[in-house]
Amino acid sequence: MTEILRVEHLKKSYDGFLAVNGVSFSVQQGELKALIGPNGAGKSTCFNMLMGQLKPTEGEVFLDGENVTGKRPRDIWRRGVGRTFQITGTYQSMTVIENVQMALMSHNHRLFSVWPRAWKLYREEAFEFLETVSMADQADRPCSILAYGDLKRLELAIALCHRPRLLLMDEPTAGMAPSARIELMQLTADIVRDQGVSVLFTEHDMDVVFAHAHHIMVLNRGELIADGDAEAVRNNPQVQEVYLGGGTLFKEAADA
Amino acid sequence: MAFFFAQFLTGLANAAALFLVASGLSLIFGVTRIVNFAHGSFYMLGAFIGVTLMEILPGHVGFWGSILLTGLAVGLIGALVEMVVLRPIYRAPELFQLVATFGVILVIQDLALMVWGAEDRLGPRAPGLRGIWRIFGEPVLKYDIVLIAITPVILFALWYLISRTRLGVLVRAATQDREMVGALGVNQAWLFTGVFALGSALAGLGGALQLPKGGADLLMDFNIIGAVFVVVVIGGMGSLPGAFIASVIISVLNVFGVTYLPQSTLVLMFVVMAVVLIIRPYGLLGREEVAGEHGQVGAPETPIRPYPPAGQIAVAAFLGLLALLPLFADQFVLILMIDMVVFALFAASLHFILGSGGMVSFGHAAFFGGGAYAAALLVFHFDTPMELAFLFAPLAAGILALAIGWFCIRLTGVYFAMLTLAFSQLVWSLAYQWRDVTRGDDGLVNIWPAEWLSGTVPYYYFTLILGVGGIIFLRHVIHAPFGYALRAGRDSPRQAEATGIDVKRVQFGAFALAGAMAGLAGGIFVFSKGSVFPTELEIAASFDALIVVFLGGVKTLAGGVVGAGFMTLVEDWLTRLEYWRLLLGLVIIAVVIIAPEGIVGSFRTLWARIRHKEDAA
Repeated sequence: MTEILRVEHLKKSYDGFLAVNGVSFSVQQGELKALIGPNGAGKSTCFNMLMGQLKPTEGEVFLDGENVTGKRPRDIWRRGVGRTFQITGTYQSMTVIENVQMALMSHNHRLFSVWPRAWKLYREEAFEFLETVSMADQADRPCSILAYGDLKRLELAIALCHRPRLLLMDEPTAGMAPSARIELMQLTADIVRDQGVSVLFTEHDMDVVFAHAHHIMVLNRGELIADGDAEAVRNNPQVQEVYLGGGTLFKEAADA
Repeated sequence: MAFFFAQFLTGLANAAALFLVASGLSLIFGVTRIVNFAHGSFYMLGAFIGVTLMEILPGHVGFWGSILLTGLAVGLIGALVEMVVLRPIYRAPELFQLVATFGVILVIQDLALMVWGAEDRLGPRAPGLRGIWRIFGEPVLKYDIVLIAITPVILFALWYLISRTRLGVLVRAATQDREMVGALGVNQAWLFTGVFALGSALAGLGGALQLPKGGADLLMDFNIIGAVFVVVVIGGMGSLPGAFIASVIISVLNVFGVTYLPQSTLVLMFVVMAVVLIIRPYGLLGREEVAGEHGQVGAPETPIRPYPPAGQIAVAAFLGLLALLPLFADQFVLILMIDMVVFALFAASLHFILGSGGMVSFGHAAFFGGGAYAAALLVFHFDTPMELAFLFAPLAAGILALAIGWFCIRLTGVYFAMLTLAFSQLVWSLAYQWRDVTRGDDGLVNIWPAEWLSGTVPYYYFTLILGVGGIIFLRHVIHAPFGYALRAGRDSPRQAEATGIDVKRVQFGAFALAGAMAGLAGGIFVFSKGSVFPTELEIAASFDALIVVFLGGVKTLAGGVVGAGFMTLVEDWLTRLEYWRLLLGLVIIAVVIIAPEGIVGSFRTLWARIRHKEDAA
């Protein structure tokens, strides 16, 4: 197994407050890895530092051994990292398929061409990506009228466009109906299996995490307190403390 | 040294009125997000109403009472304007309201002319404060000292109102999140009206308070609005202390500028603003505006498509008609058509960055006028053949846009708009004051086209081919990957950057292209008129383009062109009348209220509704 992503001692401080405090981990090729933790643990901050939306205060990020710390999102994207956001960011004035075509135009370095009709470019290719996420039937609808869960799937299709080696998914199923969550994670797992993509995702739904992730990392108050397979994380006393409050929560509920 | 100090005091005194007007504008913008161009008009109304009242009311009580009454009166007028003109259009696209406020300027101008006549009024001296005091041996007006004393009191009173009272809490809450305030049961409509009235009242007070120093005239509105915007932007949008500091800086600098560097006065404040914005992009005390914070208001833009065959045939038929026009139209109509095509291309170039890029430029005339001047200067000084000089119009304008864009692109929203305004003022003052080269306001004359293009009909075809060609080219680019990338950067900069799009570089390129096309329009313009004057570079010229783009419809591709056509025709028709400003202002306000999506956008909505009904039937 080769290592795709390696993070060393990542730190981010806001006016002295350490949102992320010395986090180190790695992601292997073909791995589906979850980063979980309570609200405010620093998950999104971590993601934003990996993809370059935020500059780390300290620490380094290596992609295939290359130090990419502090590089801009678009440069990291060009190195084969795709990303979806906790709050979706799609192009509201375009159709669904045009959103995907836009990413393909960027991938093929066509952003500055002023002559061809944009909606004719890479249409079949874009259609295939939409089929991957089961959005092909909505290809020509305006993006602005999509349901939230569909926007999430569209964002995934966009992120797959440049055939990334690493996919960062920030709460991919947040705000979706339970059945749609399972579907989307199954889809993600399929992509990992079929295309050898590595996926790092954050998630609040523990069913989703424990059902699909190969490995799980737990972040609490900016520090990594566990990193291992589902069994190991489940039995980690510190994790139990964080998530179950030492088990008292259930006990109290039983007593009541 | 004493002289310096006296000068400094004069500057401080001048800051009083400026601060009052600017704080009102800042307040209104902070809460309602309306860029109120008409704010200078309220200032002017304040001056006229103040003069009238002071003539009626005698003595100390009369003078100071008049000032307070004026504030009240202008506040009421402001409330009326807000309720009638602005309230119906809060849901229109962002910045659309500024078109309405521009209509208000025109209406107030003519109303003031009707009521008070064209003559300037001298303000009465404040009773008991007629003379001077000597400070370190230098004379300083007594009234100036009083103004200097009053200003901090006003600042404190406003600060107290905003940060210590319940109304202030509401206002601050609405500045940050008006939806939430609405959800908490606050009547937003009245809050907006109240804030607008308060802001207008402050402008009115400013107008009345400066009477003993300046008086009242019909140019006051435009004369102050530039300075007021500069102050608000330098201080940071929505920051009262910022507005105060900036008023002092600008006023003091102006006083010294007049004494030591008279030729600098026209641009001094714009230079200061440009420097501040380049170093501190959100003003001295302003906070960074988070992208998309104010989001798109109203319905999202629909995906673009080229016209269906029927539409293409209609456009082709229209162009065919234009091509045949010389066969049956007289010269007057052809000249009007040339003006219209030139203006349409100019508007289309602004629409390109505004509509697709979301970049609101307040200084687009710099490129139109810049192109015109580039060609004219070559002809005037070097006898360059027309064909070659003409090529330099878009080229020079494009290079100018690259230079200006390099500074402006890093900013967004209103700050971007104001920095483009500052640079266009620099270009304008260059044309106005560098007399050796540009001949100042005498303009450059005898700039005629080459032999084979002289005469109305050949030049009409020349205009038609290049003007319409330019418009079609811009449309083509909008449908090309470059145009899509531009829209992607507007819709979601974060997603665009995360998928490899260098948003700023795309915007930079678009800005340069828009500049070059505006320069092309300027080139056609200068050879059709045979002359060019600094007026082509004025703020008013930039605003003209801005207004037709909004009137036509920002979210529609044909918006700029249709708006320009509409405006040229309406102006041609109205300017023959005596009170044409009033009528034009009313027409603009009417269009804004009836068609909040712009002319094209509203027609499209109407059309969709009719079709929908047919489908349902």
